[in-house]
Amino acid sequence: MARKPLDYEELNENVKKVQYAVRGELYLRASELQKEGKKIIFTNVGNPHALGQKPLTFPRLVVALCQAPFLLDDPNVGLIFPADAIARAKHYLAMAPGGLGAYSDSRGIPGVRKEVADFIQKRDGYPSDPELIYLTDGASKGVMQILNTIIRNERDGILVPVPQYPLYSAAISLFGGALVPYYLEEEANWGLDFVNIRQSVAEARSKGITVRAMVIINPGNPTGQCLSEATIKELLQFCYHENLVLLADEVYQQNIYQDERPFISARKVLFDMGQPLSREVQLVSFHTVSKGYWGECGQRGGYFEMTNLPPKTVDEIYKVASIALSPNVPGQIFMGLMVNPPKPGDISYLKFAAESKSILESLRKRAHMMTDGFNSCRNVVCNFTEGAMYSFPQIRLPPRAIEAAKRAGKAPDVFYCLKLLEATGISTVPGSGFGQKEGVFHLRTTILPAEEDFPAIMSSFKNFNDSFMQQYEGYSRM
Amino acid sequence: MSTAAVGTPPVTLDTLNPKVLKCEYAVRGEIVTHAQNLQQELQKNPDSLPFDEILYCNIGNPQSLGQQPVTYFREVLSLCDHPALLDKSETHALYSSDAIERAWQILEKIPGRATGAYSHSQGIKGLRDEIAAGIAARDGFHASGDNIFLTDGASPAVHMMMQLLIRSEKDGILCPIPQYPLYSASIALHGGSLVPYFLDEETGWGLEVDELKKQLEEARSKGITVRALVVINPGNPTGQVLAEENQKKIVEFCKNEGLVLLADEVYQENIYVEDKQFHSFKKIARTLGYTDDDLPLVSFQSVSKGYYGECGKRGGYMEVTGFSPEVREQIYKVASVNLCSNVSGQILASLVMNPPKAGDESFESYMEERDGILSSLARRAKALEEAFNSLEGITCNKAEGAMYLFPRLHLTQKAIGAAQAAGTAPDAYYAKRLLEATGIVVVPGSGFGQVPGTWHIRCTILPQEDKIPAIISRFKEFHEKFMDEFRD
Repeated sequence: MARKPLDYEELNENVKKVQYAVRGELYLRASELQKEGKKIIFTNVGNPHALGQKPLTFPRLVVALCQAPFLLDDPNVGLIFPADAIARAKHYLAMAPGGLGAYSDSRGIPGVRKEVADFIQKRDGYPSDPELIYLTDGASKGVMQILNTIIRNERDGILVPVPQYPLYSAAISLFGGALVPYYLEEEANWGLDFVNIRQSVAEARSKGITVRAMVIINPGNPTGQCLSEATIKELLQFCYHENLVLLADEVYQQNIYQDERPFISARKVLFDMGQPLSREVQLVSFHTVSKGYWGECGQRGGYFEMTNLPPKTVDEIYKVASIALSPNVPGQIFMGLMVNPPKPGDISYLKFAAESKSILESLRKRAHMMTDGFNSCRNVVCNFTEGAMYSFPQIRLPPRAIEAAKRAGKAPDVFYCLKLLEATGISTVPGSGFGQKEGVFHLRTTILPAEEDFPAIMSSFKNFNDSFMQQYEGYSRM
Repeated sequence: MSTAAVGTPPVTLDTLNPKVLKCEYAVRGEIVTHAQNLQQELQKNPDSLPFDEILYCNIGNPQSLGQQPVTYFREVLSLCDHPALLDKSETHALYSSDAIERAWQILEKIPGRATGAYSHSQGIKGLRDEIAAGIAARDGFHASGDNIFLTDGASPAVHMMMQLLIRSEKDGILCPIPQYPLYSASIALHGGSLVPYFLDEETGWGLEVDELKKQLEEARSKGITVRALVVINPGNPTGQVLAEENQKKIVEFCKNEGLVLLADEVYQENIYVEDKQFHSFKKIARTLGYTDDDLPLVSFQSVSKGYYGECGKRGGYMEVTGFSPEVREQIYKVASVNLCSNVSGQILASLVMNPPKAGDESFESYMEERDGILSSLARRAKALEEAFNSLEGITCNKAEGAMYLFPRLHLTQKAIGAAQAAGTAPDAYYAKRLLEATGIVVVPGSGFGQVPGTWHIRCTILPQEDKIPAIISRFKEFHEKFMDEFRD
């Protein structure tokens, strides 16, 4: 019988190779169990609102008004919308001729891109050009666009941290490129090891791979580490000498839970270093409304900023962006609001500041609670979550557990995570979904469950883990 | 160990992905950039050009030209944007009660009423089920929410299917010529081959199965594996609405040749002629007796067109039927890498497929808005078509549906010569001259494909009705001068 085009065997191989564990096997099993009535705590994805975090009030007021501009003519509008929300809605509607329902400029509304540029300038102390800032339907789309522009064939390699957020490995697979891994040092707080990085590059090159770009996730996902200025400097020097474009995923820049290493953007460090690097190193920086204390994942708002890309390259990127016509306009407005939030003196400022502060303080607390909770468990070692939204504890699985996993036809961490899920309803992502050193196992969970649920969740985990270890290891050595 | 050449940055034109370099998208191409520059000039120097404003007739973007959104839809979306509003009694003073009711219903389908959370990667289940019910009501055949993939507009869904289908340049996709250049661009981006089939201008842009067969065979003889057939119905840029019999033959053709049918149906609610009706390809397939197991069919719909025109929201879906579970898993997997489409767009898609019904408080005003927009579009389509046909050297097929006219320019040798001298295609030359004389922006036919040696422009019917007479007279004035200038 003739093969049909959409028979499994006839599909694009690159698609088949793609893995995206964040919504893979564990998630699907958890969804099944949920359907059967089991209570599931989804900690598989950085999705704050799904775990009870409330949206910030001010942006929702503004977008609700932009959505229904006829409300602005209603004499009753002041009953539920404060004056500054009304003013801000008018501000964005003026920037978007045709309102929320018209395709905007394919790069995003110029006025919003200007707000982003102003934000970057304020943050870093260097001017930013709105023409080099493109808004996208979430940062992920931007990452995909840039990787698609860079990857020509299977011999083009992209340096990706291991562990990494699997968007990178998935995109590289989809576009038929080569992933060149560099291992983060778990014992050194998930730090970068330039010896290892150089080794990876050399190895790739010896296999005929042209290493084109380097991905850095700062703060890290799943690892949470915040890079020091010195490390970023070294990175930029490395990219300069090795002729790599740096792809700086900075979506968690507002999620910082320690004070020793505040966020510093790759672009700031680059410009601080002066010429020739500041003129030569090619850099693309990514940000989003999905993380930080906003957590507006469902809006799909993001941007990328290009530094030192030649104008003709920018034109090509623009061309591809124009095929998608435009990013969604409400998401663009969320981005504008995020980079240009209420200021002291604004009617909504106090509430906005209080809501923001409360979320960030709670995240910091939860980062500690989770790290400490994991470290109190048998055979579990966990680096502190310095930033981002995840905890990535190492689970030291006993040999008998590894054997049991093999017999069950599962990777050891998948086996552990499935058992954890079935016993406690906690849905995590096995470390193999992010990459890890051979024979070292982890899981990724988020720090997002509500603060009041934490003690119960951590104790549920501990009970499961310690029994699991008991089962597969026997009595603990005294 | 490093052998990198410092001073050769990695991402330059000659080191970009060649597929990116190859793809084109004229709808926002050169002529539009030129128009934007002229617009800036006008802003600086209002009297510097022979016209007062740029009129963008290049893109199906209704609300940018003054079309109003459907009030009820916006009320519901606004409430869903800020669910806390539903807890306030004052909200009743600002929003209609059935919009409030509908917002409640929608939020019930979203866990925690959290519209800011990533949803299921196919889209919120309850909304997909609602859309499926809307499809079933439209077609009279069952539809399942599990077959729906909600996407940021129909375009990403098209890209997903191209990604799945195209393995190498030896994989071909049959596309209509003229076509909406998303298809040519997507095929180029994914490294496949576009296999053109020509619509027949003489017969109102008819789609002949014999032409499909001919092109299919030719492609196969060149070693191309043809994987799918794209049909845009109603057509873009051509506006024709396929007759039922024609559609049946197309379905049979796909079945016999083992092709996936990719049915772009985003203009399904833009029909301007009494003697034609929209029939979804799914309905046609089921009418012929083909079940879910018999025929791989992907149907695309969007919130950007119709009477709702909500382009900026990026809402749409594909309904995927006739695929094995393994393949469905792959589609799901690709969708999951982007996590989900924007939630507000998902909600809007469910509103479009399940609008107010008779008896609802907002029904009458909704119908008034809807009928007002559709009848106005029909009048504009007719007025512009008649205007084009009244001009020497222009023939224009009727716009039975969609949002465009695609008049043919019968250019003289002299005009073609002038274009060649300027280094542009004749239709691009005409479009540039038109822009510079009148401020009207159209897209040259070469952006859509056309029979070699024929020239067209695509012009939308979207400027507000009160602007149409002025547009027609300005166009006429330009065209008559142009014809005189280039008389052989």
